[in-house]
Amino acid sequence: MAEMTFDRDVVKVPLGPQHPALKEPGNFMLSLRGEQITEMGIRLGYNHRGMEKACEERPYLNDMYLLERICGICSHSHSTAFVQAVEEIAGIELPRRGLYLRTLVAELERVHSHLLWLGVAGHEIGFDTLLMYSWRDREVVMDVLANLTGNRVNYGYNTIGGVRRDITDEQKAALFKATDILEERTKYYVGLATTELTLAKRLQNVGYISKEDALRLGITGPTARASGVTRDVRKDDPYAAYAELDFEVITADSCDVFGRTVVRVGELMQTYKMIRQLLKELPDGPIAAKAPRKIPKGQALSRYEAPRGEDIHFVRGNGTDKPERVKVRAPTLVNIQAVSQMMKGAYLADMPITLAAIDPCFSCTDRAIELYDDAGNPNGMRTWADVRAHGIRHYQERGVDMGDLNRRFASQMERI
Amino acid sequence: MADPEATDAKPEVKAINPNLERENEIKAELSRKFPFLAEDCTIQRVRRMWVKVPMDQLHPVMLHAKEQLGFSMLCTITGTDEGDSLGLLYHMAHDNGIVLTLMTNAPKEGPGPSTVTPYFPLAELSEREVIDLLGARIQNMPEGPRYPLPDAWPEGQYPLRKDWKPEGATASPPNPKSQEK
Repeated sequence: MAEMTFDRDVVKVPLGPQHPALKEPGNFMLSLRGEQITEMGIRLGYNHRGMEKACEERPYLNDMYLLERICGICSHSHSTAFVQAVEEIAGIELPRRGLYLRTLVAELERVHSHLLWLGVAGHEIGFDTLLMYSWRDREVVMDVLANLTGNRVNYGYNTIGGVRRDITDEQKAALFKATDILEERTKYYVGLATTELTLAKRLQNVGYISKEDALRLGITGPTARASGVTRDVRKDDPYAAYAELDFEVITADSCDVFGRTVVRVGELMQTYKMIRQLLKELPDGPIAAKAPRKIPKGQALSRYEAPRGEDIHFVRGNGTDKPERVKVRAPTLVNIQAVSQMMKGAYLADMPITLAAIDPCFSCTDRAIELYDDAGNPNGMRTWADVRAHGIRHYQERGVDMGDLNRRFASQMERI
Repeated sequence: MADPEATDAKPEVKAINPNLERENEIKAELSRKFPFLAEDCTIQRVRRMWVKVPMDQLHPVMLHAKEQLGFSMLCTITGTDEGDSLGLLYHMAHDNGIVLTLMTNAPKEGPGPSTVTPYFPLAELSEREVIDLLGARIQNMPEGPRYPLPDAWPEGQYPLRKDWKPEGATASPPNPKSQEK
């Protein structure tokens, strides 16, 4: 997999695909010169589950539930992006109440995703207090989501033609109250992100990507907006109820992880504004339109501003109850490719936090470490046995002999 | 308002903004520069345009759309199995929200279009997807690992082709509740 390099100063370190710090598998081949990363190669696909093929074999409604399970965090994003495309092909006009409720859950999902990110970011920089705080506050929105949809994640709230559950007055009142609490807490994080010196010092100039590069590469979501790119599908290509909502696109121009933090907490404040507006202006009427089981021939492209960036679904119908083709592009696919750009010349220690926004990655050099051999082995590599023998010799020379201890330990174990 | 070509999809889609000025402008500009596209350019609804492009004209049209018309982002590439050929759909987005999809056909066995990574560096993974899953022969690909199938995946097996079925698969998953008619 790794090319053997004979530049003595450059060490190639593979991270992943499996290691304790990363929730999802991905392989990052780092070329290190000392502590600095000179190059990073990415190998993905370990999580390929053949969902696009599976969609072609199932009825549309089943597909919606399947696609909702692409991601546990952006579940409503994927199901909405898919049903929007199906609704466009079928020419279904949604009742406005259905659109508003769909948007409401979308924004609640953004709250839970951004608070989750804030915690992960805190954890990656060794600021675990922030993790504890933000995840505690995230429980507020998780409870609201469970109350509204019946589930904390994978809500199953959408259906083709609208949503499945209406909102009661009690739920509305509870949601107003929860929004107040969340807003209060987020104000604290805004203060923290903009004034706390520890956070600023640790995050500034980390994971830098210029506006030009962001535009050239076409990265999306808060990552792009933190580089000064005013790109937000909710504004540019409004779907659901966004055309009727008042909100600002939050950007930053520091182009680093600090900017990404500021953008995310800033977006949370906009989201609370939208939630209140959605609840106050919630139209009366039905929550869903009747959808046919068979979807006519046609194709549609649906875009959706997921918490992590732009989500794109392409659907082609062939007149039956199963789609001809479903194509999904999640925001991480483009953003992760930009990480190699961000990591060039950066320090190894900044790797986890730079990756954190798109699922973090830690050192896992114990899996397939390559050591350059100065003892002159023919293939230039040290074997595992060599390394082990070297370690034992190294300590024996310094008066530490674990051999005796190991023998005594073994005999103790035998007696038991 | 809607282009007659759009009837393939459906008679008409209710649009939030029925004013298609910008879309019509882009269509006129494309037809002026590439007269052969005039027939095959469809405005499906506000902010959604589809245009059929012959494979050998893909690069000039794409470059023109990017440099002159402002479609600065390639969202993704969708590959489809069209029976005797492969469909490649390049979804290009403008900052004003319009998505222009360039639809081209590539042979299943012979060489396909050249890579678009010189204009859109992040198209690499999307191109690798259509190579791995549909067997498109994209030319001049930069070196790099395959995506998304495992390294040990057998040659000539393209899962997203219509005639490809996973081993032991049933036509549809068993669902005791559904009453298929």
